[in-house]
Amino acid sequence: MSTIEAEKLTFECETGNYHTFCPISCVAWLYQKIEDSFFLVIGTKTCGYFLQNALGVMIFAEPRYAMAELEEGDISAQLNDYQELRRLCAQIKRDRNPSVIFWIGTCTTEIIKMDLEGIAPRLESELGVPIVVARANGLDYAFTQGEDTVLSALAHKCFQPPKEEPIETPNTDHSPLILFGSLPDTVVNQLTLELKKQNITITGWLPSNRYTEMPHIKEGYYVCGVNPYLSRTATTLMRRRKCKLIGAPFPIGPDGTRAWIEKICSVFNVVPQGLEEREQETWENLKDYIDIVKGKSIFFMGDNLLEVSLARFLVRCGMTIYEIGIPYMDKRYQGAELRLLEKTCEEMKVMMPKIVEKPDNYNQIDRIKDLKPDLVITGMAHANPLEARGINTKWSVEFTFAQIHGFANASDILELVTRPLRRNNNLEELGWNKYNTLST
Amino acid sequence: MKLAYWMYSGPAHIGTLRIASSFENVHAIMHAPLGDDYFNVMRSMLERKRDFTPVTASVVDRHVLARGSQEKVVNNIVRKDKEEKPDLVVLTPTCTSSILQEDLENFVNRASLEAEADILLADVNHYRVNEVQAADRTLEQIVKFYLKKDERTKGNREITKTIKPSVNIIGSISLSFHNQHDMNELKRLFEDLDIEVNQIIPQDASVHNLKDLPKAWFNVVPYREIGLLTAQHLEKEYGMPFISTTPMGIVETASFIREIQTIITDQNYNVDFENYIDQQTRFISQAAWFSRSIDCQNLTGKRAVVFGDATHAVAMAKILHKEMGIKVVWAGTYCKHDQVWFEDQLKDICEETIVTDDHNLVGDMIAKTEPSAIFGTQMERHVGKRLNIPCGVISTPVHIQNFPLSYRPFLGYEGANQIADLIYNSFTLGMEDHLLEIFGGHDTTEVISETLSNDLGIEWANESKRELEKIPGFVRGKIKRNTEKYAKTEGIQMITLEVMYAAKEKATA
Repeated sequence: MSTIEAEKLTFECETGNYHTFCPISCVAWLYQKIEDSFFLVIGTKTCGYFLQNALGVMIFAEPRYAMAELEEGDISAQLNDYQELRRLCAQIKRDRNPSVIFWIGTCTTEIIKMDLEGIAPRLESELGVPIVVARANGLDYAFTQGEDTVLSALAHKCFQPPKEEPIETPNTDHSPLILFGSLPDTVVNQLTLELKKQNITITGWLPSNRYTEMPHIKEGYYVCGVNPYLSRTATTLMRRRKCKLIGAPFPIGPDGTRAWIEKICSVFNVVPQGLEEREQETWENLKDYIDIVKGKSIFFMGDNLLEVSLARFLVRCGMTIYEIGIPYMDKRYQGAELRLLEKTCEEMKVMMPKIVEKPDNYNQIDRIKDLKPDLVITGMAHANPLEARGINTKWSVEFTFAQIHGFANASDILELVTRPLRRNNNLEELGWNKYNTLST
Repeated sequence: MKLAYWMYSGPAHIGTLRIASSFENVHAIMHAPLGDDYFNVMRSMLERKRDFTPVTASVVDRHVLARGSQEKVVNNIVRKDKEEKPDLVVLTPTCTSSILQEDLENFVNRASLEAEADILLADVNHYRVNEVQAADRTLEQIVKFYLKKDERTKGNREITKTIKPSVNIIGSISLSFHNQHDMNELKRLFEDLDIEVNQIIPQDASVHNLKDLPKAWFNVVPYREIGLLTAQHLEKEYGMPFISTTPMGIVETASFIREIQTIITDQNYNVDFENYIDQQTRFISQAAWFSRSIDCQNLTGKRAVVFGDATHAVAMAKILHKEMGIKVVWAGTYCKHDQVWFEDQLKDICEETIVTDDHNLVGDMIAKTEPSAIFGTQMERHVGKRLNIPCGVISTPVHIQNFPLSYRPFLGYEGANQIADLIYNSFTLGMEDHLLEIFGGHDTTEVISETLSNDLGIEWANESKRELEKIPGFVRGKIKRNTEKYAKTEGIQMITLEVMYAAKEKATA
């Protein structure tokens, strides 16, 4: 490895040909998270085949999501969008009776300029089901940003409680705090408990488990994100709901989790109790894993926008980051995280990684060949070919679906990161390390 | 608009890409938005391909939408031409980008001026044809292109046939159903018959050799979904006869070989394969003997249903009916474009045929029929699971299980063995399931975990009980035990959520 001693993080935008999953993927986890929902993806056969195939999501038993498959008549505007959507949504209401229908717009609805936002309110009142419109299209967004479009649409929609019901004022010592980002229930509970230990009560999560229980977000509330890909939601909460955003590093890894809690505490003038010990204790538990990764190098091809947070945690674990590929970089929303990454690199005395926005996968593979990193975090399309060339890989999507937030789950991140290293350590003894059929 | 939960066949561009990426040294450029290029994932993951999928997405984003692709597509073609030095670049849009109505033909023409490779725009209507139709069309387009190109350079259409009888196999394609193994089986069959395999296309074929396709005496199209158009073109333009009988099952394999015999004999070359057929059927293959064996007697009159692509559904229905004496209550296909052929093939085999791409309808029919076994796609397998009816998977949509490491052909005499096993195991395993049910099964894990964790005097708070219920059954017992062990060592009486997470952390540390 050549030692490049950069003083600051360098940013580059390659604007290349890169592969990530389509943002409509978010349906796969959001429909599970919001239990009384129905997701209708309005797109083509290409979108539908993606959901059932590449993501390995086969819709078998009583699904709560479906495709509104656009056919030639829809594209050529021979059919009336309103009539068609009305027919489909009426059927969904009859068959599944959801509390809310999410319309997931796609590239095609963008291109044919289907007026989803215009049609929704009319159908909503006719059918008596709330409709939330999110434009999770691949023209503007990548993979996990699909969640951003949905949460942003949710934040847009007023959560006004029915008039007869008194608006409950949260019973807390501090201003109300809403956390945003979709996490599995277990992780929600864990983060809630961590904050409770600091006497901070969370007023609500966006999204909550049920549409009917979504938090009423009011002016002046504090909001804080848990996922690095939610910049649009953050903006919506600030501009539309007049909330105050707490810009913190993300609660990924013990270092990030501590920084996240500290930042929230500082906003509420709470002196954190036992936080340092908590972090230290977690690091102690990670010792065995850290022994494996320490001194190793890693390359992120860029896929799910979790890259910066993961990189920061792994630098703290003693790894060197060659490159952080990322589909989209919002330097403001990820500001605190970027500063923490910089600080961590300084403290660990390792080189500052290069952050490459919209990378070119072909060029990246060239760089990987030159740099020979110990591990490449990559999308699914490149994993097998890289393994065939003797390069250890881990699928980036696994970090999207694994529970990685908070103190308790830091070990899960390292479990994933070390798995190829441990597996290939075993296989190395067999002596067959290259499997590619071409010379390159 | 159509409310769709699942589909049997993919969009058109997937078909085009399957053809392009099957050829050797052909690169495909997709003019498509981010995320539409999941074909690379499918090919790389399902087939465990070692090489990078030769497909590059020229990304359509908001800028492209606003200003048109301008130089982007052309630049990407020229760039790939330099980087990969392909023989051919195939450009394709997706459902989405095809409605942008950009003049892709013009891009191809412009790129042709700069690139060394041949460049083609896949000529497919993305809203009118499905995956297999597009694949069929693209293969024909590429073959036609190279035959014409050759004629232009040579100035004539002179063809020298091979000295010995020879064949082209048309339709060996990536992401097909047990295709690699089927091809080995076919090659073996032709070797036994002393027929040269002139070319197998498109898998691992070079586009430069396509000009030699007419040298073969005849063509075979083992799967009628992909390859028929090419064979028809070669018949029309070059007078090459072709066989579209699928050599699946003992009976149909024999018909296949007899058709070959006729074709070769017609070209004044005398062969007699009857002895070979007889030897294979009675002594080499086990399938025919198996049908006759006492084991198989119990299958007589059992009721089955069949669903899949036209090729496999028809072949399977014939095998069940003719070779196993199983009653095929109905058979169906999602290949709607092949309805006439499908119904004609099965008119004497089953009472009813259905042609639909609506999986709910198929599921409902299965539930209504209550057959003893299903032979269908992955979807019918799941329907079978829910209804507790065994299912043998016989057709695409392709699944990782269709790429087994061990040899599992569906065609030829070894394929017949494979299928006989599949049929037999489907039925007997169904029987075993019933026996297990009657005798209460042999799974005692649940009992063990409860006895192990009852006498500790530890209580579970309601919230943590609920949390425990959310954990998948197969690890729940373990987590319960670990948590209680942790509580015991820490002297905790009441297991709250916090205790649970602390125990988890301890356990994973």
